Amino acid sequence: MLKKKPFPIVRTLSAWGVALLLFFPLFWLGITAFKTEAQAIAAQLFFTPTLASFVEVQERSNYLLFARNSLITSLGSTIIGLLIAIPAAYSMAFFPTKKTRDILMWMLSTKMMPAVGALVPVYVMAQTAGMLDSLPALVIVFTLSNLPIMVWMLYSAFKEVPKDILEAVRLDGATVWEEFRWVILPLTMGGIASTGLLCLVLSWNEAFWALNLTSANAGTLASLIASYSSPEGLFWAKLSAASLMAIAPIIVFGWFSQKQLVQGLTFGAVK
Amino acid sequence: MSRFLPRALMAPSIVTLFLWMIVPLVMTLYFSVIHYNLMQPGETGFVGLENFHYFITDPDFWPSVMHTIQLLGSVIVITVVLGVGLALLVNEPFPGQGIVRVLLISPFFVMPTVNALLWKHMMMNPIYGVLAHVWQFFGLTPIDWMTDYPLLSVIVMLSWQWLPFACLIFITSLQSLDREQMDAAGMDGATRFDKFWYLVLPHMGRSIAVVVMIEMIFLLSVFAEIFTTTGGGPGNDSTNLAFLIFKQALMNFDVGVASAGALFAVILANIAAVFLIRMVGKNLD
Repeated sequence: MLKKKPFPIVRTLSAWGVALLLFFPLFWLGITAFKTEAQAIAAQLFFTPTLASFVEVQERSNYLLFARNSLITSLGSTIIGLLIAIPAAYSMAFFPTKKTRDILMWMLSTKMMPAVGALVPVYVMAQTAGMLDSLPALVIVFTLSNLPIMVWMLYSAFKEVPKDILEAVRLDGATVWEEFRWVILPLTMGGIASTGLLCLVLSWNEAFWALNLTSANAGTLASLIASYSSPEGLFWAKLSAASLMAIAPIIVFGWFSQKQLVQGLTFGAVK
Repeated sequence: MSRFLPRALMAPSIVTLFLWMIVPLVMTLYFSVIHYNLMQPGETGFVGLENFHYFITDPDFWPSVMHTIQLLGSVIVITVVLGVGLALLVNEPFPGQGIVRVLLISPFFVMPTVNALLWKHMMMNPIYGVLAHVWQFFGLTPIDWMTDYPLLSVIVMLSWQWLPFACLIFITSLQSLDREQMDAAGMDGATRFDKFWYLVLPHMGRSIAVVVMIEMIFLLSVFAEIFTTTGGGPGNDSTNLAFLIFKQALMNFDVGVASAGALFAVILANIAAVFLIRMVGKNLD
């Protein structure tokens, strides 16, 4: 029988201490959003909460429009990304050739070039296509910049499917679609979900392309926040309120999906 | 199984990614050998390697390469070392473990622009920032982080964002550690350090490789944090390669020179990729 050891109090305290310390900046952002500007500057810990900053943020810039754009671009790029990446990862994992590794590495290397290096060409192309400041352009760019990571994650997930199950199904004469639909998909749902989750988070938080390819129509929450970094926007309570409204949806989403997400992010490296 | 289907399944990903890489690359290559300044639309024409020469002899060039490497190296070392420590700390059950995990992971989901503004204004501001209040509480002179330690400030922000990521991957890895082996080692007289060094660390090798790989990909081209906080300054003290290219393209309007810089960044990315394959690639199969 396992004897239950009492939990060491020092360990508990230090774990809580570190966690609270790391969370503190977010906590501070959260409470500053409910302060007046004067209280925000004075770094007061006790105050009567007010919603004034939120109201003002919504009045000054159409928060709901930016939020809608963020939602559309994140969901759009995630869905399209999965539709393109799943077949590719499936093919690489189950029909590997000598070149598979090279292809994977090449994909990864496309992700390492600074986006700013491609800015002028992409800008020129978007302009030529009349797609500046449009949601489809942003969806395409987000999808492509997340694609390498998505293929990698899905590839690792598919790799973990036991080989003998696959052989049995193939002996039974299942078509590729049947094999995928009834065997692979149920077994790798977790991996697919976590790939989608990560893609959602990355697209939601993407700032560079959102800043440079959009303005009034297709701007996402990331570009809304950047507009608060200008000197005239420097009011801490309002900055905090806008920030909180931008990050709260994805953080809450992250809390609920963290286990799933982390599992998938290990790239099959943890068994 | 025909050989056609696997290729057809891969085609959409490979073709789109290839276009995404090659079209900008070819355009960049073209821009890099012509005179192309948005402020001098009249002056065009082939200039050969002049743009490259100009970019590499820019006094900001070597510092920005060094800053790119310093940033990458520091954040990776900080997050891996602290991440392992933290993972060991919170791995065993204790009261409130679930909440602690939720608190720990939160910074990972924060938008880079928000992260930057939050640290710049609310934490590191030398007069009103929380850190200034802490310094004052201990009777010290508050530090003007963004001015005096710009690169360190960016490293702090990035470490704050990536530590949760590293930590949670390590926790997942620790959970699959063989308990019986650990207990057996304990009975054989292995010290805590022995167990950590010979059992835990090797077990975590693969997850450390994953963390290094992902962070390398994202940190090589850090931009938003620098753009929103220090603007690369003061002087060039926090300019990295990505920011230098941005400066040439959008502040000096010199697309030719910026393109030459972008090609340099491609070379650097490929060097990093080769390192990555050697170091990490074989660990991930």
